[in-house]
Amino acid sequence: MNILRVARLSKAYGGVQAVREVSFELAAGELLALIGPNGAGKTTCFNLLNGQTAADGGSAEFEGRSLIGLKPRQIWRLGVGRTFQITATFASMTVRENVQTALLNYHGKLNSILALAERLYLDEAMALLARVGMAEQAARPCAVLAYGDLKRVELAIALANRPRLLLMDEPTAGMAPAERVALMRLTAELARASNIAVLFTEHDMDVVFAHADRILVLNRGRLIAEGKPAEVRANREVQEVYLGSGSLFGATHA
Amino acid sequence: MIARRTVLLGTAALAMAAAFSGPAAAQGTIKIGEMNSYKVFPAFLEPYKKGWELALDEINAAGGVLGRKLEVVSRDDQGNPGEAVRVAEELLTRENVAFLVGTFPSNVGLAVADFAKQKKVLFIAAEPLTDKIVWQDGNKYTFRLRPSTYMQTAMLIPEAVKLKKKRWAIVYPNYEYGQSATAAFKELLKKAQPDVEFVTEQAPALGKIEAGAVVQALADAKPDAIFSSLFAGDLAKFVREGQTRGLFKNRVVFNLLGGEPEYLDPLKQDTPVGWYVTGYPWQSINTPEHKKFLAAYQKKYNDYPRLGSIVGYAMLMSAADAIKKATSLDQEKLVAAMKGLQVDTPLGKITYRALDHQSTMGAYVGRLDLKDGKGVMTAFHFADGAKYLPSDAEVRKMRPAD
Amino acid sequence: MSLSALFIQLLNGLASASSLFLVAAGLSIIFGITRIVNFAHGSLYMLGIYTAYSLVQTFGGGMLGFWGGVLCAGIVVGLFGALVERLLLRRLYHAPELLQLLATFALVLIVRDFALWIWGPEDLLGPRAPGLAGAVAIAGREFPQYDLFLIALGPVVLLLLWLLLTRTRWGTLVRAATEDREMAGALGVNQAWLFTSVFALGSFLAGLGGAVQIPREPAVLTMDLTILSDVFVVVVVGGMGSIPGAFLAAVLIGVIKAFCIGIGNVSLFGLDFSFSKLTLVIEFVVMAVVLAFRPWGLLGRRQGLPRGAAPVEAPLHLPSTGMLKALAAMLALLALLPFVSDRYTLVLLTDILVFALFAVSLHFIMGPAGMHSFGHAAYFGLGAYAAALLLKHAVPMELALALAPLGGGLAALFFGWFCVRLSGVYLAMLTLAFAQIAWSVVYQWDDFTGGSNGLVGIWPAPWLASGSAFYYLALVLCAAAVLLLWRLVYTPFGYALRACRDSPLRADAIGIDVRRQQWLGFALAGLFAGLAGAIYAFSKGSISPDSLSIPRSVDGLVMVLMGGIQTLTGAVAGAAVFTWLQDVITRQTEFWRALLGAVILFLLLAFPQGIAGFLRERWEARAGRSDG
Repeated sequence: MNILRVARLSKAYGGVQAVREVSFELAAGELLALIGPNGAGKTTCFNLLNGQTAADGGSAEFEGRSLIGLKPRQIWRLGVGRTFQITATFASMTVRENVQTALLNYHGKLNSILALAERLYLDEAMALLARVGMAEQAARPCAVLAYGDLKRVELAIALANRPRLLLMDEPTAGMAPAERVALMRLTAELARASNIAVLFTEHDMDVVFAHADRILVLNRGRLIAEGKPAEVRANREVQEVYLGSGSLFGATHA
Repeated sequence: MIARRTVLLGTAALAMAAAFSGPAAAQGTIKIGEMNSYKVFPAFLEPYKKGWELALDEINAAGGVLGRKLEVVSRDDQGNPGEAVRVAEELLTRENVAFLVGTFPSNVGLAVADFAKQKKVLFIAAEPLTDKIVWQDGNKYTFRLRPSTYMQTAMLIPEAVKLKKKRWAIVYPNYEYGQSATAAFKELLKKAQPDVEFVTEQAPALGKIEAGAVVQALADAKPDAIFSSLFAGDLAKFVREGQTRGLFKNRVVFNLLGGEPEYLDPLKQDTPVGWYVTGYPWQSINTPEHKKFLAAYQKKYNDYPRLGSIVGYAMLMSAADAIKKATSLDQEKLVAAMKGLQVDTPLGKITYRALDHQSTMGAYVGRLDLKDGKGVMTAFHFADGAKYLPSDAEVRKMRPAD
Repeated sequence: MSLSALFIQLLNGLASASSLFLVAAGLSIIFGITRIVNFAHGSLYMLGIYTAYSLVQTFGGGMLGFWGGVLCAGIVVGLFGALVERLLLRRLYHAPELLQLLATFALVLIVRDFALWIWGPEDLLGPRAPGLAGAVAIAGREFPQYDLFLIALGPVVLLLLWLLLTRTRWGTLVRAATEDREMAGALGVNQAWLFTSVFALGSFLAGLGGAVQIPREPAVLTMDLTILSDVFVVVVVGGMGSIPGAFLAAVLIGVIKAFCIGIGNVSLFGLDFSFSKLTLVIEFVVMAVVLAFRPWGLLGRRQGLPRGAAPVEAPLHLPSTGMLKALAAMLALLALLPFVSDRYTLVLLTDILVFALFAVSLHFIMGPAGMHSFGHAAYFGLGAYAAALLLKHAVPMELALALAPLGGGLAALFFGWFCVRLSGVYLAMLTLAFAQIAWSVVYQWDDFTGGSNGLVGIWPAPWLASGSAFYYLALVLCAAAVLLLWRLVYTPFGYALRACRDSPLRADAIGIDVRRQQWLGFALAGLFAGLAGAIYAFSKGSISPDSLSIPRSVDGLVMVLMGGIQTLTGAVAGAAVFTWLQDVITRQTEFWRALLGAVILFLLLAFPQGIAGFLRERWEARAGRSDG
């Protein structure tokens, strides 16, 4: 079942058409990668979906509800989780409190001025941290974590509202190669176990071809290819776009 | 266990109380609690302090009061009414002063006056000029020494009326003193000269006058005469810009307080010759009481007195005389003694009016001149404060009953 | 106003703008590189004018003596600035943010007393500029020659600065460091040298800006703070770090002021309105309007969140049993005190309690909510005025006290709506603008607020006036309010505020309405500040506009920073120490300001993490706990 339907999505900055008439669909439990060379419009496309940027035209529906014109916090409320290219966590809180804060809002307790936050949703937060392998570090301040661990914490935060869709912007940026594979493997497992759809942008083609179920290729704002990794790899236009960048064809495992 | 804890807490509380408390009061002297905004208005208040220190020497050299030495416990109130009230409390409860004197800005004076009323303690406000302290907000326990804004403005009116100028422009610092001076001037002049016309008013923020623009705006209104209540830095800026831009050519200017050495002396070469001012021409006052004061002051400090010195001196003399007359430190007796009290000051004998607790201290009215590169007052006369007050009936109407 | 009058007023505005621009450019450059909010910048300006006065007296008022004196004054102040940077501020770059602000505040106190000691209390009016002493006829009016020189000076300095910043290697480094401090550091720029030279240049400009004023105004001891607020406004309106922006803003404000004065009184629909009186607050109105439409000033660019060199605040833990016991003992101690102490101790403690609540309410938005306010006294003062006005309109004192906090709360609700749309120094300056606007209304509205004199006769009900009754009232209310605010930090509401501070992006992505959360936090802080103000009014019996003026706001900042902004209890410690110090020190010496400044500097260097921060570290070390 397709839970995200994007049709003819467009956005222009000044005279530059950053995204033009992009259409695609995404099914529950599916990992969809959005790739393309620099300036292809990946980030713009992504921001149109997460509420950061307003679209000029086209539609984007999540479970039948339009995302167009919604603010990030409203999109979150619909059941969409997000991670960022550069991690964004609450540095003055512990790992557990980061997740608890997200849970507080999910449970509608955010404006409570009576309860003590530290004691709320402890077990639920610990369960989420266990799923991303961060349970042992739950009491540590986020400010002192290694970057790879921060990425995991972000993932746990993003899972707090039990999302049906995860939007991950460059999830492995800034990580060591071994960590990248581990994080995407974890993401894939979580997605399949909870039937979560994942849309992610990515630079690392190893990661893309290893974990994506399907790949979208953008160039100059246009969708030039779509399909299973093998299909995309064989696509002539994609080859032209990526000509000279060995990453696409140097991939050894698929 | 509980008992032990209580004892412990009690001991700690005692220790804390000890940490907060000051030195024990010295016996045998009569203490006067003095407070002022020494660091906010140092130009006026350093001479003021010298003034009361001189008076203190003289009082004690003559044997003190009621056979005891007089002592002044002086505090800085930081020019803030809240601080002043706390300082007043400290003077009363910790220093056990007989009563309170001092203060400079009007808002501090009014706050302490109201505190005195609440605590039923005598307060002699030395400097504040606001009319309200003895009229609208006057109270039983507060007396004021200096001639008020109204009185000093009124002292300039006869000269202004004589000149028969029709078009007047007004400039004043935008707060209560300037506003009151302006209101009084307009009212009194209009009464004496009904055809007078006030062509423009400029109200620059205190201490922040944009002198060039203000001078230009006044000149553009083409007045025959100007009434100003500017003082200190604002006055200096106004004078310099006005002279450069020719504002004062062929125009008479009246400036309240302009002849007070505190504000006149910094002008030096720039002193605007011919201005009508109230002030204190210390060089040329020939009364015996002033000559005596001047000699003593110069001997002690090797410096000349400013108006602040007079106020400080007269303030402490008033305090001492009040105690002598009351022959007691009882507040009600002190207040009763203050009513109608006559005090000899370097500016002559003054009386604290029973009617509204205002002293009849006067001021000198004259014109500015330049002598040896310094500003002086010439053709001056002494305006007795008693003659520049509204009628008793008007005062009664303004002042709440004790 | 005729056209020629308008033209002359335009020239007047431009002449005033020049000196303001020089000083503002200095502040802007310093802020751009070091991110220091330099409160002592006005003091540098004041030193400039005093030094120039002395040098011109010494050199003689001839052509060389005058101009040499003016230029040397700038250089002397520049060297002084470099010295301050090397000896003092350098030690504080790794302290929590805004702590340098506290150091510069201490400098203000010290420099003020230094100037009094050197130059005495009397205003010092310098000589006219040789060669430019007279006037020229323009549009039928006499216009000072020196003002024409000033009008030219501004653009010339702007051009020179532009050349310096774009055509020299030093300038390139400065611009690089303004854009990204860490990046410049990584490129191997000698930061220490760069910071010192920038501070020297900024101080030189401030000193020169003061020195060129000597033919126009006397050196006065209060001019440091008078110019400071104007200069901050110019820098913020122009955009922090933008030199052309500072020029534009200085001209804008200078000219608008001159026009207000030129227009004078206007009668509209039978209502008289004095534009001349508007000069009291016009620059703050301009700033509020500009920031409402351009959140980063006229020519400023959106600033990335400053990545402070200071360590991130450690996670909050619920207080341990030991801490709670210590707190209970402290309260018990305060409750027992009236049995053993004299009356004045209670009066002083009442002040401390009131300021502790005020500081805690300020800390609530500065610390957990991360919104720096330079105008928090507005809510304190409006609470106090609300209490006074209710009492004056025959509301019983008890009810007036209960309702008065709403005065602060509602004002904060209104002003906060605008403020939370900004961030960083811009937010802080908008709070200052609103505070000044509120202050000017209170200051001018004679019939209602008593104007500059304020209101008297605001005493508590008779049952509270006697002995220690009012002390107990203050103790109960302040302690309860402080504990409530502290506890609030631990509730989900408090966590949400901290989330918005730590990462607005992430907060938004987990569904938190960041602005709404900050707005509520701001209003709540205003409400509690209002309560502090109301208690204050009744403890003093009178209230005047000082209670919502800039110095009161600055006092609050100083208390929070002295105590340690990263600790919850810091504001209380800071309020207690600061109030007690003031009480003790003003009695010790005539130069109490300098002594107070020196004590603050000592505390700052000894405990950069604040008094409470220091105590907490000792406590934790003893308890053997660490957050690894």
